[in-house]
Amino acid sequence: MLLTGAEIVVRCLAEEKVEYVFGYPGGAVLYLYDELFKQDAVRHVLVRHEQAALHAADAYSRSTDRVGVALVTSGPGVTNAITGIATAYMDSIPMVIISGQVPTAAIGQDAFQECDTVGITRPCVKHNFLVKDAKDIASTIKKAFYIAKTGRPGPVLVDIPKDITIAKAEYEYPKSVTMRSYNPIIKGHQGQIKKAVQLLLEAKRPMIYAGGGVILSDCSEQLTKLVRTLGAPCTNTLMGLGAYPATDKQFVGMLGMHGNYEANMAMQYCDVLIAVGARFDDRVIGNPADFARIARKIIHIDIDPSSISKRVKVDVPIVGNLPDVLDDILRLLDGSADRPDPEALGEWWKQIEEWRRRDCLKYKQSDEIIKPQFVIEKLWEVTKGDAFVTSDVGQHQMWAAQYYKFDKPRRWLNSGGLGTMGVGIPYGIGVQLAHPGSPVAVVTGEGSVQMNIQELSTCKQYRIPLKICSLNNRYLGMVRQWQEIIHGNRYSESYMDSLPDFPKLAEAYGHIGMRIEKPGDVEGALREAFKRKNDLVFLDFQVDQTENVYPMVMGGKGLTDMILSSEDL
Amino acid sequence: MRHVISVLIENEAGALSRVSGLFSARGYNIESLTVAPTEDVSLSRMTIISTGSDDIIEQITKQLNKLIEVVKVVDLSEAAHVERELMLIKVRATGKDREELKRVADIFRGRIIDVTDSTYVIELTGNTSKLDSFVGAIDASLILETVRTGVCGIGRGDRILRL
Repeated sequence: MLLTGAEIVVRCLAEEKVEYVFGYPGGAVLYLYDELFKQDAVRHVLVRHEQAALHAADAYSRSTDRVGVALVTSGPGVTNAITGIATAYMDSIPMVIISGQVPTAAIGQDAFQECDTVGITRPCVKHNFLVKDAKDIASTIKKAFYIAKTGRPGPVLVDIPKDITIAKAEYEYPKSVTMRSYNPIIKGHQGQIKKAVQLLLEAKRPMIYAGGGVILSDCSEQLTKLVRTLGAPCTNTLMGLGAYPATDKQFVGMLGMHGNYEANMAMQYCDVLIAVGARFDDRVIGNPADFARIARKIIHIDIDPSSISKRVKVDVPIVGNLPDVLDDILRLLDGSADRPDPEALGEWWKQIEEWRRRDCLKYKQSDEIIKPQFVIEKLWEVTKGDAFVTSDVGQHQMWAAQYYKFDKPRRWLNSGGLGTMGVGIPYGIGVQLAHPGSPVAVVTGEGSVQMNIQELSTCKQYRIPLKICSLNNRYLGMVRQWQEIIHGNRYSESYMDSLPDFPKLAEAYGHIGMRIEKPGDVEGALREAFKRKNDLVFLDFQVDQTENVYPMVMGGKGLTDMILSSEDL
Repeated sequence: MRHVISVLIENEAGALSRVSGLFSARGYNIESLTVAPTEDVSLSRMTIISTGSDDIIEQITKQLNKLIEVVKVVDLSEAAHVERELMLIKVRATGKDREELKRVADIFRGRIIDVTDSTYVIELTGNTSKLDSFVGAIDASLILETVRTGVCGIGRGDRILRL
């Protein structure tokens, strides 16, 4: 069948069962948009800025197990999209980005809206392609989806010059892909798996450390079974929240820079550590030399060999797809009568309970002024712990991670790796479209929310009833916190002057705005907001300006060197 | 430690920039990099000379393997291998220097491949230290221009890198 390049692209997307394309039109993609117009298999969501298209597609993927798709034009369309692509890349989110390019003959001529898309995106994509012939479009898009979702997932970009979208070619969507240069490992090495099980059974102080990989590969169930079978404590990273249920007694909380005291202590003082889909990054283990100070055996399961022994030397590396490897481990455990020494395990738990009694997340409640932590606690109560929660980046992100107890995977969406302010609302858009009818809360601050505030307009157009909980302290709070602790209270450019009246701004976009100033009004406002199932409600919580996020491990310090409250300063 | 890393990579536009971009993005050392198609024109073979601790070299090979277009990666320096580099060197060859340069080139098994009444172009192959020695053995003031290909390497005997 002879079709134009643009027709082929849209057919391919339909073939991949793409439900939504998030994008923004422009000169180089006019033919693609014309084809989108003529069909209704693939729905397009028009954002107000390309960055938001990428974030929304990213969130669509994070909250499901599907590939997010974005469509942008050449030049500024692509450069605006870069932040969104890099955000997805850092968190290994499977996405396909279609970008328009100037006509083939104009490439390299400094044409209007031309940029070297393949060159600019190369360091922040898993792979990218420039299509030079309409007959290659179908096979390239097939490869793009395959590469995006297999192995360690990531964004893949397909750059298509305008003339290629007009040119005709025979269309047939390939049924499968084989690439001699790309064959991700699935099964783990059986010898290594045996060794790992042996170590786990001999452990006196076992510890399970699970990251975003568990969420991405949908193996929370296997992880939970492993934790329960071993009777060991489990911690989740910021990216892994929800991988193991937070309300379970074996959960010791998130670990890392703002992790729970008991989680960081158990990480440091365990004798056998199993890392599942986590990468020992700087925000998680602090100073690697300090972490290595205490001898322990480390088992590391990851699909990406380059994540293993990168920052921390491990004893038993297992490269493979997490669900497959965990199934193998569970099978060996099920087939064995051995279990970790109950007496030693009892001692270990006694120690952990002692750490837990420090109650590191306690904070001083006030009747006068709203504590940001209190808002998140109430949000958790009001939504019964069952909402999708997206966050922006900063103090509010950490409080959401600490105080909203995620029991299910894919419920918590944030930019963990790149730390991109402004993801909150567009993430909300992606999640809500993937889960119509489900409550979606956006936890944000007055700084972050202004980085993509224009998306309130997109929310109006597509009737996206987000509940935006802005913890407004009139400071770039995390910057202010570091300035207080490290820079002698010199609050250089961290005060947010001339803020808009957020409730009125929300109203200007056709939504509902509320300002909440008293702790006693927090719960009522949240209940009222979530009752309005079809409305977007912007809750502007006026919170304590001086509150800091604790516990805190300062940059470069060891994991157990924690500041637990302002009294430790 | 100096390592010789051989890479088989799809012979596609932009493949070289993916490799060089990886080295600069992650701050890895690159002393030389050579690349050309193999007998199978759909594949290119690169030889990269890099220095770094064992940990860094391990990361380099892992990161190279992660590139979608890379088919195979081998650290040749892990076992017996041979390395060769080609140098073309243009020297001022007048008066008594003419004979002396010819003699030194012969000693190093170099060949004079271009002659004018005042210059020679000498072609020399060998490992890096041999080429360095040659440059050291002739009077520096006579050197007009040098160009080197960078090292290419291959395993000895049964060590074969192919699909």
